[in-house]
Amino acid sequence: MSRVRLLVGTRKGAFVLTSDGKRQSWQVDGPYFGGWEMYHLKGSPLDPDRIYASQSNGWFGQLVQRSDDGGKTWTAVGNDFAYQGDVGTHMWYDGSSRPWEFTRIWHLEPSPDEPDTVFAGAQDAALFRSTDGGGTWHEMTGLRRHATGPAWQPGAGGLCLHTVLLRPGAPWWMAVAISAAGVFRSDDGGESWRPANNGLRSEGVLPDPDAYEGHCVHKLAVHKAFPDVLFMQKHWDVMRSDDSGGTWREVSGNLPSDFGFAIDVHAHEPETVYVVPIKSDSEHYPPEGKLRVYRSRSGGDEWEPLTQGLPQANCYVDVLRDAMSVDSLDPCGVYFGTTGGQVYASSDAGDSWSAAVRDLPPVLSVEAQTLP
Amino acid sequence: MTPGPGVTVVRARLPTQLRDLAGVGGEVELEILGAVTLASVLETLEAQFPVLKGTIRDRATGKRRAFIRFFVGEADLSNVSPDAALPEAVARGQEALVVVGAMAGG
Repeated sequence: MSRVRLLVGTRKGAFVLTSDGKRQSWQVDGPYFGGWEMYHLKGSPLDPDRIYASQSNGWFGQLVQRSDDGGKTWTAVGNDFAYQGDVGTHMWYDGSSRPWEFTRIWHLEPSPDEPDTVFAGAQDAALFRSTDGGGTWHEMTGLRRHATGPAWQPGAGGLCLHTVLLRPGAPWWMAVAISAAGVFRSDDGGESWRPANNGLRSEGVLPDPDAYEGHCVHKLAVHKAFPDVLFMQKHWDVMRSDDSGGTWREVSGNLPSDFGFAIDVHAHEPETVYVVPIKSDSEHYPPEGKLRVYRSRSGGDEWEPLTQGLPQANCYVDVLRDAMSVDSLDPCGVYFGTTGGQVYASSDAGDSWSAAVRDLPPVLSVEAQTLP
Repeated sequence: MTPGPGVTVVRARLPTQLRDLAGVGGEVELEILGAVTLASVLETLEAQFPVLKGTIRDRATGKRRAFIRFFVGEADLSNVSPDAALPEAVARGQEALVVVGAMAGG
Protein backbone atom coordinates (compact mmCIF):
# COMPACT_ATOMS: atom_id res chain seq x y z
CA MET A 1 0.00 0.00 0.00
CA SER A 2 1.32 3.43 -0.87
CA ARG A 3 2.56 5.80 1.77
CA VAL A 4 3.00 9.55 1.93
CA ARG A 5 5.94 11.41 3.36
CA LEU A 6 5.81 15.14 4.06
CA LEU A 7 9.06 17.09 4.19
CA VAL A 8 8.45 20.11 6.38
CA GLY A 9 10.89 23.00 6.68
CA THR A 10 10.42 25.42 9.56
CA ARG A 11 12.15 28.43 11.08
CA LYS A 12 13.78 26.20 13.67
CA GLY A 13 14.38 22.83 12.09
CA ALA A 14 13.04 20.21 9.71
CA PHE A 15 10.41 17.55 10.31
CA VAL A 16 9.48 14.42 8.40
CA LEU A 17 5.87 13.29 8.63
CA THR A 18 4.80 9.87 7.38
CA SER A 19 1.46 8.17 6.95
CA ASP A 20 -0.03 5.21 5.21
CA GLY A 21 -2.26 5.66 2.18
CA LYS A 22 -5.27 6.53 4.32
CA ARG A 23 -3.47 9.69 5.44
CA GLN A 24 -5.40 9.90 8.68
CA SER A 25 -2.63 9.58 11.26
CA TRP A 26 0.90 10.87 11.00
CA GLN A 27 4.20 9.96 12.56
CA VAL A 28 6.27 13.05 13.21
CA ASP A 29 10.07 12.71 13.21
CA GLY A 30 12.38 15.58 14.05
CA PRO A 31 13.40 18.22 14.57
CA TYR A 32 16.37 17.70 12.31
CA PHE A 33 18.88 20.56 12.38
CA GLY A 34 17.14 22.12 15.38
CA GLY A 35 17.58 25.88 15.58
CA TRP A 36 18.35 26.27 11.87
CA GLU A 37 16.06 27.84 9.30
CA MET A 38 15.09 25.10 6.88
CA TYR A 39 13.79 26.99 3.89
CA HIS A 40 13.13 23.97 1.71
CA LEU A 41 13.46 20.19 1.50
CA LYS A 42 12.73 18.22 -1.63
CA GLY A 43 13.15 14.64 -2.76
CA SER A 44 14.39 13.43 -6.12
CA PRO A 45 11.63 12.34 -8.51
CA LEU A 46 13.97 9.50 -9.53
CA ASP A 47 14.79 8.32 -6.03
CA PRO A 48 12.43 9.55 -3.30
CA ASP A 49 14.87 8.49 -0.60
CA ARG A 50 17.35 11.05 -1.88
CA ILE A 51 16.33 14.32 -0.24
CA TYR A 52 18.03 17.70 -0.36
CA ALA A 53 17.59 20.27 2.38
CA SER A 54 18.53 23.95 2.57
CA GLN A 55 19.86 24.77 6.03
CA SER A 56 20.80 28.31 7.01
CA ASN A 57 20.81 30.91 9.74
CA GLY A 58 22.14 34.37 10.29
CA TRP A 59 25.09 33.24 12.38
CA PHE A 60 26.62 30.48 10.31
CA GLY A 61 25.28 31.00 6.80
CA GLN A 62 24.23 28.39 4.30
CA LEU A 63 24.60 24.63 4.24
CA VAL A 64 22.99 21.97 2.11
CA GLN A 65 22.19 18.59 3.58
CA ARG A 66 21.50 15.42 1.65
CA SER A 67 19.84 12.25 2.81
CA ASP A 68 20.00 9.01 0.85
CA ASP A 69 17.72 7.07 3.17
CA GLY A 70 14.52 9.04 3.18
CA GLY A 71 15.52 11.54 5.84
CA LYS A 72 16.77 9.18 8.54
CA THR A 73 20.40 10.28 8.23
CA TRP A 74 21.92 13.35 6.63
CA THR A 75 25.26 14.45 5.25
CA ALA A 76 26.35 18.04 4.67
CA VAL A 77 27.30 18.46 1.03
CA GLY A 78 28.61 21.53 -0.80
CA ASN A 79 27.84 25.06 0.30
CA ASP A 80 30.10 27.11 -1.96
CA PHE A 81 27.61 29.33 -3.77
CA ALA A 82 29.94 31.76 -5.48
CA TYR A 83 28.63 34.25 -8.00
CA GLN A 84 30.73 33.94 -11.11
CA GLY A 85 32.81 36.66 -12.71
CA ASP A 86 32.17 40.36 -12.33
CA VAL A 87 29.44 40.39 -9.69
CA GLY A 88 27.73 43.59 -10.86
CA THR A 89 24.80 45.25 -9.15
CA HIS A 90 21.05 45.09 -8.82
CA MET A 91 18.71 47.77 -7.55
CA TRP A 92 18.15 48.21 -3.82
CA TYR A 93 14.86 49.23 -2.19
CA ASP A 94 15.75 52.91 -2.37
CA GLY A 95 16.65 52.76 -6.03
CA SER A 96 20.40 52.74 -5.50
CA SER A 97 22.65 50.10 -7.05
CA ARG A 98 23.91 47.36 -4.75
CA PRO A 99 26.36 44.52 -5.43
CA TRP A 100 24.84 41.07 -5.65
CA GLU A 101 25.37 39.24 -2.39
CA PHE A 102 24.55 35.65 -1.53
CA THR A 103 22.27 35.24 1.47
CA ARG A 104 20.60 31.83 1.30
CA ILE A 105 19.06 29.10 -0.81
CA TRP A 106 15.29 29.39 -0.93
CA HIS A 107 14.46 26.42 -3.10
CA LEU A 108 16.01 23.13 -4.21
CA GLU A 109 14.74 21.40 -7.33
CA PRO A 110 16.13 17.93 -8.10
CA SER A 111 16.27 17.04 -11.79
CA PRO A 112 13.57 14.73 -13.13
CA ASP A 113 16.10 13.18 -15.52
CA GLU A 114 19.52 13.03 -13.87
CA PRO A 115 19.75 11.53 -10.37
CA ASP A 116 22.79 13.58 -9.37
CA THR A 117 21.61 16.89 -10.81
CA VAL A 118 19.86 19.42 -8.59
CA PHE A 119 19.14 23.13 -8.98
CA ALA A 120 19.19 25.74 -6.23
CA GLY A 121 17.44 29.11 -6.24
CA ALA A 122 19.30 31.78 -4.29
CA GLN A 123 18.88 35.16 -2.66
CA ASP A 124 20.17 37.46 -4.19
CA ALA A 125 18.46 35.98 -7.19
CA ALA A 126 20.65 33.45 -8.95
CA LEU A 127 20.34 29.89 -10.14
CA PHE A 128 22.94 27.27 -9.25
CA ARG A 129 23.31 23.74 -10.56
CA SER A 130 25.04 20.72 -9.10
CA THR A 131 25.71 17.60 -11.15
CA ASP A 132 27.29 15.64 -8.32
CA GLY A 133 24.49 15.34 -5.82
CA GLY A 134 25.08 18.73 -4.22
CA GLY A 135 28.82 18.34 -3.74
CA THR A 136 29.73 21.32 -5.91
CA TRP A 137 27.62 24.16 -7.24
CA HIS A 138 28.03 26.30 -10.33
CA GLU A 139 26.10 29.44 -11.09
CA MET A 140 24.09 29.49 -14.31
CA THR A 141 25.22 32.99 -15.05
CA GLY A 142 22.98 33.73 -18.02
CA LEU A 143 20.09 34.46 -15.72
CA ARG A 144 21.66 36.97 -13.35
CA ARG A 145 23.46 38.63 -16.22
CA HIS A 146 20.25 39.18 -18.15
CA ALA A 147 20.11 42.73 -19.49
CA THR A 148 17.37 43.58 -17.00
CA GLY A 149 19.34 42.27 -13.99
CA PRO A 150 20.68 45.64 -12.84
CA ALA A 151 17.05 46.81 -12.51
CA TRP A 152 15.83 43.88 -10.41
CA GLN A 153 14.63 44.96 -6.97
CA PRO A 154 13.98 42.78 -3.92
CA GLY A 155 10.52 42.09 -2.61
CA ALA A 156 9.87 42.47 1.09
CA GLY A 157 11.39 39.04 1.72
CA GLY A 158 14.51 39.71 -0.32
CA LEU A 159 15.53 39.30 -3.96
CA CYS A 160 14.85 35.59 -3.99
CA LEU A 161 14.66 32.97 -6.70
CA HIS A 162 11.99 30.73 -5.22
CA THR A 163 10.57 28.64 -8.07
CA VAL A 164 12.30 26.35 -10.56
CA LEU A 165 10.15 24.52 -13.12
CA LEU A 166 11.67 21.62 -15.07
CA ARG A 167 10.19 19.21 -17.58
CA PRO A 168 11.00 15.50 -17.61
CA GLY A 169 12.71 14.58 -20.85
CA ALA A 170 13.17 18.21 -21.89
CA PRO A 171 16.25 19.47 -20.08
CA TRP A 172 16.50 22.46 -22.42
CA TRP A 173 13.28 23.95 -21.02
CA MET A 174 13.39 25.76 -17.69
CA ALA A 175 11.43 28.49 -15.98
CA VAL A 176 12.19 30.35 -12.78
CA ALA A 177 10.36 32.95 -10.74
CA ILE A 178 12.00 35.74 -8.79
CA SER A 179 10.51 38.11 -6.27
CA ALA A 180 10.38 40.87 -7.44
CA ALA A 181 11.73 40.46 -10.95
CA GLY A 182 9.15 38.08 -12.42
CA VAL A 183 9.23 34.93 -14.51
CA PHE A 184 12.14 34.05 -16.79
CA ARG A 185 12.28 31.20 -19.29
CA SER A 186 15.09 29.36 -20.96
CA ASP A 187 14.89 27.13 -24.03
CA ASP A 188 18.57 26.19 -24.05
CA GLY A 189 19.10 24.50 -20.71
CA GLY A 190 19.69 27.70 -18.78
CA GLU A 191 22.31 29.32 -21.00
CA SER A 192 20.09 32.26 -21.93
CA TRP A 193 16.87 33.60 -20.50
CA ARG A 194 14.03 35.88 -21.46
CA PRO A 195 11.30 37.47 -19.35
CA ALA A 196 7.91 35.75 -19.48
CA ASN A 197 5.71 38.36 -17.87
CA ASN A 198 3.49 39.52 -20.70
CA GLY A 199 0.03 40.19 -19.29
CA LEU A 200 1.07 40.70 -15.68
CA ARG A 201 -0.10 43.96 -14.15
CA SER A 202 1.13 45.43 -10.88
CA GLU A 203 -0.93 48.56 -10.34
CA GLY A 204 0.12 50.57 -7.36
CA VAL A 205 3.30 48.51 -7.07
CA LEU A 206 5.26 49.40 -10.22
CA PRO A 207 5.51 52.83 -11.85
CA ASP A 208 4.59 51.11 -15.11
CA PRO A 209 2.00 48.50 -14.15
CA ASP A 210 2.53 46.63 -17.44
CA ALA A 211 6.31 46.54 -17.15
CA TYR A 212 7.95 43.57 -18.80
CA GLU A 213 9.87 42.71 -15.66
CA GLY A 214 9.82 43.73 -12.01
CA HIS A 215 6.63 41.91 -11.01
CA CYS A 216 6.49 40.29 -7.61
CA VAL A 217 5.67 36.70 -8.53
CA HIS A 218 5.11 34.65 -5.40
CA LYS A 219 4.82 31.12 -6.80
CA LEU A 220 4.21 29.08 -9.95
CA ALA A 221 2.46 25.73 -10.24
CA VAL A 222 1.99 23.30 -13.11
CA HIS A 223 0.39 19.94 -13.81
CA LYS A 224 3.06 17.62 -15.15
CA ALA A 225 0.81 16.23 -17.89
CA PHE A 226 0.04 19.71 -19.21
CA PRO A 227 3.34 21.55 -18.94
CA ASP A 228 2.27 24.49 -21.09
CA VAL A 229 -0.41 25.50 -18.58
CA LEU A 230 1.13 27.52 -15.76
CA PHE A 231 -0.63 28.96 -12.74
CA MET A 232 0.75 31.85 -10.72
CA GLN A 233 0.07 33.43 -7.36
CA LYS A 234 1.38 36.92 -7.82
CA HIS A 235 1.74 39.46 -5.03
CA TRP A 236 -1.76 40.49 -6.03
CA ASP A 237 -3.66 38.44 -8.65
CA VAL A 238 -3.90 34.77 -9.47
CA MET A 239 -2.81 34.30 -13.08
CA ARG A 240 -2.84 31.62 -15.76
CA SER A 241 -0.80 31.04 -18.88
CA ASP A 242 -1.68 28.52 -21.58
CA ASP A 243 1.50 29.03 -23.55
CA SER A 244 4.30 28.27 -21.10
CA GLY A 245 4.38 31.80 -19.77
CA GLY A 246 4.24 33.56 -23.14
CA THR A 247 1.14 35.45 -22.06
CA TRP A 248 -0.77 35.59 -18.79
CA ARG A 249 -4.37 36.37 -17.91
CA GLU A 250 -5.93 36.95 -14.54
CA VAL A 251 -8.13 34.20 -13.09
CA SER A 252 -8.69 35.62 -9.60
CA GLY A 253 -12.45 35.61 -10.20
CA ASN A 254 -14.47 35.50 -6.99
CA LEU A 255 -11.60 35.04 -4.52
CA PRO A 256 -12.10 37.07 -1.33
CA SER A 257 -8.54 38.36 -1.78
CA ASP A 258 -6.21 37.73 -4.67
CA PHE A 259 -3.14 38.30 -2.50
CA GLY A 260 -1.39 35.16 -1.31
CA PHE A 261 1.69 33.06 -1.60
CA ALA A 262 0.97 29.36 -2.13
CA ILE A 263 -0.59 27.74 -5.18
CA ASP A 264 -0.74 24.15 -6.43
CA VAL A 265 -2.51 21.92 -8.93
CA HIS A 266 -4.42 18.68 -8.29
CA ALA A 267 -2.35 15.63 -9.23
CA HIS A 268 -5.00 14.14 -11.54
CA GLU A 269 -7.21 17.07 -12.52
CA PRO A 270 -5.15 19.65 -14.42
CA GLU A 271 -7.89 22.29 -14.15
CA THR A 272 -8.22 21.94 -10.37
CA VAL A 273 -6.15 24.58 -8.62
CA TYR A 274 -5.67 25.47 -4.96
CA VAL A 275 -4.76 28.81 -3.36
CA VAL A 276 -4.93 30.22 0.17
CA PRO A 277 -6.12 33.85 0.01
CA ILE A 278 -4.36 36.22 2.39
CA LYS A 279 -5.92 39.56 3.23
CA SER A 280 -3.19 41.90 2.04
CA ASP A 281 0.53 42.53 1.82
CA SER A 282 0.47 44.45 5.08
CA GLU A 283 -1.86 42.01 6.84
CA HIS A 284 -0.38 38.59 6.31
CA TYR A 285 -3.37 36.63 7.57
CA PRO A 286 -6.57 35.22 6.09
CA PRO A 287 -9.56 37.50 5.42
CA GLU A 288 -12.02 37.62 8.33
CA GLY A 289 -9.77 35.42 10.46
CA LYS A 290 -11.02 32.36 8.56
CA LEU A 291 -8.47 29.94 7.18
CA ARG A 292 -9.87 28.90 3.82
CA VAL A 293 -8.31 27.04 0.94
CA TYR A 294 -9.97 28.02 -2.31
CA ARG A 295 -10.33 25.45 -5.06
CA SER A 296 -11.13 26.08 -8.68
CA ARG A 297 -12.22 23.14 -10.80
CA SER A 298 -12.28 25.28 -13.94
CA GLY A 299 -8.67 26.37 -14.11
CA GLY A 300 -9.42 29.62 -12.33
CA ASP A 301 -12.06 32.37 -12.35
CA GLU A 302 -14.58 30.37 -10.29
CA TRP A 303 -13.46 29.41 -6.81
CA GLU A 304 -15.08 27.58 -3.90
CA PRO A 305 -14.00 27.88 -0.27
CA LEU A 306 -12.84 24.71 1.47
CA THR A 307 -13.36 25.08 5.20
CA GLN A 308 -14.22 21.74 6.76
CA GLY A 309 -11.71 21.07 9.51
CA LEU A 310 -9.98 24.45 9.18
CA PRO A 311 -10.33 27.18 11.84
CA GLN A 312 -13.11 29.57 10.87
CA ALA A 313 -12.64 32.15 13.61
CA ASN A 314 -9.73 34.03 15.13
CA CYS A 315 -7.15 32.56 12.78
CA TYR A 316 -4.34 34.93 11.83
CA VAL A 317 -1.65 32.74 10.38
CA ASP A 318 0.03 32.98 6.99
CA VAL A 319 0.75 30.27 4.42
CA LEU A 320 4.08 30.90 2.70
CA ARG A 321 5.01 30.31 -0.92
CA ASP A 322 6.60 26.87 -0.67
CA ALA A 323 4.24 25.62 2.03
CA MET A 324 1.65 23.81 -0.13
CA SER A 325 1.98 20.49 -1.90
CA VAL A 326 -0.06 17.60 -3.30
CA ASP A 327 0.52 13.85 -3.35
CA SER A 328 -0.30 11.62 -6.31
CA LEU A 329 -2.68 9.18 -4.63
CA ASP A 330 -6.33 8.89 -5.58
CA PRO A 331 -8.11 10.80 -4.15
CA CYS A 332 -5.42 13.45 -4.29
CA GLY A 333 -3.94 14.55 -0.98
CA VAL A 334 -3.39 18.26 -0.41
CA TYR A 335 -1.15 19.68 2.32
CA PHE A 336 -0.15 23.07 3.62
CA GLY A 337 1.75 24.50 6.55
CA THR A 338 1.17 27.74 8.41
CA THR A 339 3.26 30.29 10.22
CA GLY A 340 1.40 29.13 13.34
CA GLY A 341 3.10 25.74 13.10
CA GLN A 342 0.20 23.66 11.85
CA VAL A 343 0.46 21.28 8.91
CA TYR A 344 -3.01 20.60 7.54
CA ALA A 345 -3.71 17.52 5.47
CA SER A 346 -6.62 16.61 3.25
CA SER A 347 -6.96 13.08 1.88
CA ASP A 348 -10.01 13.97 -0.23
CA ALA A 349 -8.72 16.67 -2.57
CA GLY A 350 -9.52 19.45 -0.13
CA ASP A 351 -13.07 18.59 0.87
CA SER A 352 -12.03 18.11 4.49
CA TRP A 353 -8.92 18.85 6.51
CA SER A 354 -7.24 17.84 9.72
CA ALA A 355 -3.99 18.86 11.36
CA ALA A 356 -1.24 16.31 10.80
CA VAL A 357 0.68 18.23 13.45
CA ARG A 358 -0.12 21.59 14.96
CA ASP A 359 2.60 23.09 17.14
CA LEU A 360 5.73 23.23 15.04
CA PRO A 361 7.82 26.38 14.57
CA PRO A 362 6.57 28.62 11.74
CA VAL A 363 6.37 26.48 8.61
CA LEU A 364 8.39 27.62 5.60
CA SER A 365 7.87 24.72 3.22
CA VAL A 366 5.95 21.50 2.74
CA GLU A 367 6.73 18.92 0.07
CA ALA A 368 4.68 15.73 -0.31
CA GLN A 369 6.24 12.51 -1.52
CA THR A 370 4.15 9.55 -2.63
CA LEU A 371 6.00 6.36 -1.79
CA PRO A 372 5.39 2.82 -3.00
CA MET B 1 51.14 12.62 21.25
CA THR B 2 54.19 14.76 20.62
CA PRO B 3 53.78 17.30 17.85
CA GLY B 4 56.35 17.40 15.08
CA PRO B 5 58.91 20.15 14.68
CA GLY B 6 57.34 23.55 14.08
CA VAL B 7 53.91 22.24 15.04
CA THR B 8 51.86 23.79 17.85
CA VAL B 9 48.80 22.11 19.30
CA VAL B 10 46.02 24.63 19.80
CA ARG B 11 42.66 24.20 21.48
CA ALA B 12 39.51 25.63 19.92
CA ARG B 13 35.99 25.72 21.30
CA LEU B 14 33.03 25.96 18.94
CA PRO B 15 29.42 26.96 19.49
CA THR B 16 26.97 24.11 19.87
CA GLN B 17 25.58 24.27 16.36
CA LEU B 18 29.03 24.05 14.80
CA ARG B 19 30.03 21.25 17.16
CA ASP B 20 26.96 19.36 15.97
CA LEU B 21 27.87 20.01 12.35
CA ALA B 22 31.44 18.87 12.84
CA GLY B 23 30.42 15.92 14.96
CA VAL B 24 32.64 16.86 17.87
CA GLY B 25 32.01 17.35 21.54
CA GLY B 26 33.77 19.87 23.75
CA GLU B 27 37.00 21.32 22.44
CA VAL B 28 38.96 20.31 19.37
CA GLU B 29 42.74 20.14 19.20
CA LEU B 30 44.40 21.46 16.09
CA GLU B 31 47.99 21.00 14.98
CA ILE B 32 49.18 24.33 13.62
CA LEU B 33 52.25 24.38 11.42
CA GLY B 34 54.10 27.67 11.75
CA ALA B 35 52.75 30.87 13.26
CA VAL B 36 49.70 30.60 15.49
CA THR B 37 47.34 33.21 14.09
CA LEU B 38 43.59 33.41 13.73
CA ALA B 39 43.99 32.68 10.03
CA SER B 40 46.20 29.63 10.54
CA VAL B 41 43.92 28.23 13.23
CA LEU B 42 40.80 28.67 11.08
CA GLU B 43 42.52 27.19 8.04
CA THR B 44 43.49 24.13 10.04
CA LEU B 45 40.03 23.89 11.58
CA GLU B 46 38.38 24.00 8.13
CA ALA B 47 40.87 21.49 6.71
CA GLN B 48 40.12 19.09 9.54
CA PHE B 49 36.35 19.70 9.40
CA PRO B 50 35.43 20.76 5.85
CA VAL B 51 31.76 21.07 6.79
CA LEU B 52 32.71 24.24 8.68
CA LYS B 53 33.89 26.04 5.54
CA GLY B 54 31.80 29.15 5.10
CA THR B 55 30.18 28.94 8.53
CA ILE B 56 32.71 31.07 10.42
CA ARG B 57 34.17 33.23 7.69
CA ASP B 58 33.39 33.98 4.09
CA ARG B 59 34.82 31.37 1.75
CA ALA B 60 36.07 33.84 -0.82
CA THR B 61 37.21 36.81 1.26
CA GLY B 62 38.06 35.17 4.56
CA LYS B 63 36.07 37.91 6.29
CA ARG B 64 34.50 36.97 9.62
CA ARG B 65 30.74 36.41 9.40
CA ALA B 66 28.88 39.29 10.97
CA PHE B 67 27.52 37.42 14.00
CA ILE B 68 30.69 35.48 14.79
CA ARG B 69 33.07 36.58 17.52
CA PHE B 70 36.49 35.29 18.62
CA PHE B 71 37.63 35.31 22.24
CA VAL B 72 40.70 34.19 24.16
CA GLY B 73 39.92 34.38 27.83
CA GLU B 74 38.19 37.73 28.25
CA ALA B 75 39.91 39.32 25.28
CA ASP B 76 37.72 39.95 22.23
CA LEU B 77 39.88 39.31 19.18
CA SER B 78 37.07 39.65 16.68
CA ASN B 79 38.51 42.70 15.01
CA VAL B 80 42.18 41.81 15.30
CA SER B 81 44.01 41.15 12.04
CA PRO B 82 43.67 37.47 11.10
CA ASP B 83 47.42 37.41 10.49
CA ALA B 84 48.37 38.74 13.92
CA ALA B 85 49.82 36.25 16.39
CA LEU B 86 47.28 34.91 18.87
CA PRO B 87 48.11 35.37 22.58
CA GLU B 88 50.94 33.21 23.85
CA ALA B 89 48.52 31.40 26.16
CA VAL B 90 46.85 29.86 23.08
CA ALA B 91 50.14 28.58 21.70
CA ARG B 92 51.03 27.19 25.16
CA GLY B 93 47.68 25.38 25.36
CA GLN B 94 46.62 27.31 28.46
CA GLU B 95 43.70 29.02 26.72
CA ALA B 96 41.39 27.94 23.94
CA LEU B 97 40.39 30.07 21.01
CA VAL B 98 36.65 30.41 21.56
CA VAL B 99 34.38 30.88 18.55
CA VAL B 100 31.10 32.46 19.64
CA GLY B 101 27.81 33.00 17.87
CA ALA B 102 26.92 36.50 18.99
CA MET B 103 23.73 37.00 20.94
CA ALA B 104 21.10 38.15 18.49
CA GLY B 105 17.38 37.77 18.24
CA GLY B 106 15.47 35.24 16.22
